[in-house]
Amino acid sequence: MNRATEQAISKDATLEEAIRWFRTMLTIRRFDETIDELFASGKVHGTTHLYIGEEAVATGIIGALDSGDVITSTHRGHGHNIALGGDVRAMMAELLGRETGYCRGYGGSMHIADQSLGNLGANGIVGGGLPIAVGAALGFVMQKQPKVVVAFSGDGALNEGAFHEAANLAAIWRLPVVFVVENNLYGMSGSVKEMFAIGHLAERASGYGIPATMVDGNDVFSVWEAGSQAVQVARSGGGPTLIEAMTYRYKGHSKSDANRYRSREEIRDWRKRDPITHLEQHLSSHGVDHTMLNEIRDEVVQVIADALKYAEESPWPNPEILEDSVYTREDKTGA
Amino acid sequence: MPEMTYAAAIRSAIEWEMEHDPRVFIMGEDIGVYGGAFGITLGLVEKFGKDRVRDTPIAEEGIVGAGIGSALVGMKPIVEMQFSDFIVNAMDQVVNQAAKIHFMFGGRMTVPLVIRGPAGAGTGAAAQHSQSLEAWFHHIPGLKVVMPAFPDDARGLLLSAIRDPNPVIFFEHKLLYKTVGEVPDSYEGIPLGSGVIRRHGSHATIITYSLMVHRTLEAAERLAAKGWDLEVIDLRSLVPMDIDLVVESVKRTGRLVVCHEAVGRGGVGGEIAARVMESEAFDYLDAPLLRITGLNTPVPYSPPLEEAFMPSVDRIAQTLETWLECEVVTQ
Repeated sequence: MNRATEQAISKDATLEEAIRWFRTMLTIRRFDETIDELFASGKVHGTTHLYIGEEAVATGIIGALDSGDVITSTHRGHGHNIALGGDVRAMMAELLGRETGYCRGYGGSMHIADQSLGNLGANGIVGGGLPIAVGAALGFVMQKQPKVVVAFSGDGALNEGAFHEAANLAAIWRLPVVFVVENNLYGMSGSVKEMFAIGHLAERASGYGIPATMVDGNDVFSVWEAGSQAVQVARSGGGPTLIEAMTYRYKGHSKSDANRYRSREEIRDWRKRDPITHLEQHLSSHGVDHTMLNEIRDEVVQVIADALKYAEESPWPNPEILEDSVYTREDKTGA
Repeated sequence: MPEMTYAAAIRSAIEWEMEHDPRVFIMGEDIGVYGGAFGITLGLVEKFGKDRVRDTPIAEEGIVGAGIGSALVGMKPIVEMQFSDFIVNAMDQVVNQAAKIHFMFGGRMTVPLVIRGPAGAGTGAAAQHSQSLEAWFHHIPGLKVVMPAFPDDARGLLLSAIRDPNPVIFFEHKLLYKTVGEVPDSYEGIPLGSGVIRRHGSHATIITYSLMVHRTLEAAERLAAKGWDLEVIDLRSLVPMDIDLVVESVKRTGRLVVCHEAVGRGGVGGEIAARVMESEAFDYLDAPLLRITGLNTPVPYSPPLEEAFMPSVDRIAQTLETWLECEVVTQ
């Protein structure tokens, strides 16, 4: 962590912010741990992609956004929506396929959106959200709204053609987009060492004329600082930035993953750099009382438990209206 | 009522909506000063500026996705595919994104997006610039598919497509761009999903759309001289489809023909036939179905080959006549 961040946290408001981030990161973790347990016990079907280990990226980046800014999310998107302040009850209900879910049970884990909070949607297609993010930024520019769009992706998405086209559009039109690449070292089982011929993914941005930066994605302060700079550049008309956040997912890619492509030692080593532990230590060293942090932890556990209870008690959606749900008569768009 | 070409009618709809709704804009390849490969956007950049008539890189997936994203924040984009074949490069954005967003997110969001461009053969543009791919999009729940045959329909249907809160695929036919017709200069759009009986008749119902409306009507006129009385229905939009009009007509005529330029296999004609079979019109059928379609090949280049690929007036008339002689005389 550099000196600028040290100074920033010395201010009370920012310390408050850091405590809020702690709560957010714990909420993301507890939510996804609960989902993991539900899948393991067969209580939910389909598949899911857990954000455990990567919490600092969503939290730091979204911490840098203003109300009204928007994001596009990914298949590993629970953390993004929670960091935006998403309703974990509606998220849990969605994963359990209930009528009270974010998408009334139509979407599931990979398709959670909350336009009211600025989440234009998670996406089951790797890279699929990137051109959409660019379009949202184009819309804001045309509407003369000083809003910023964060396009989250994983490392794998940088090998999709969609990334190339989106990055170029954002660059030539100087759009207020921040491409946040959550480099967790693997696209499913494909190691970035095998799937990229460049040392750092951030290098790719220069081919589009986009400035890029690398951050420790497990350090929420570094992420927040890089995010804040990129957001400020974007908002002031300076165009897109790419942030490569180095992080790691503790769990497999999805439910089917037996972790055959990486070693236990590697997972263990990354766990030693846990983003929540790191933040907790930092807060303690700045005089935040342990009792307070433990209270937050207890509250989060209760919030997620309540969300699960809410979801389990919620009704199933009605299949009879399925075919009437494909088209809309009403235009619901517009920020 | 002013006369204008099909191309000018399309331009007129875009211009009208851009004048009356600041959310509407158009983007695509070479649509600015160039005016578009087929001249549809000629003059629009001068009138509305480069922001709202936006030249893009050659990046169909990117620009369709950008259209979707802009729609999600309140714009009403029209994305031009220089040739409709190029939409294949954008299929993820069309099929996995635009078509799904409203449904998949539980009705929270809508994508008011029009993707329009020229389809069809007959210009010697060969296999990658001549296809009629409507069956692909017709197959995807969440998309609407519109294929006008006349200038007034082109304008009226495009007005409705731009105003529609759902993603609409709007396929124009290259061979129709220079055709002329009377076009009302009105605000009123033509509702998507309303077909039109172009010719009334009693011996058979021919269901068609786009360029084949013209060829079918010409064939029907030729056969009228030989005593055959054919009904021709122009669907105008495939999704939604005016199936009631089709069913009512087949109940009257007792015979069903489908005619489209797209290859027959997996084509929209098969779906039309299936829906008639499932309907009360089944009991009125006196003849097996007749499909007159493009051959099950890519579109070839050489003029005699290309002519053989797509249904010509001659092929339509001859096929119909043979079928009618067999199916009606033997009753």
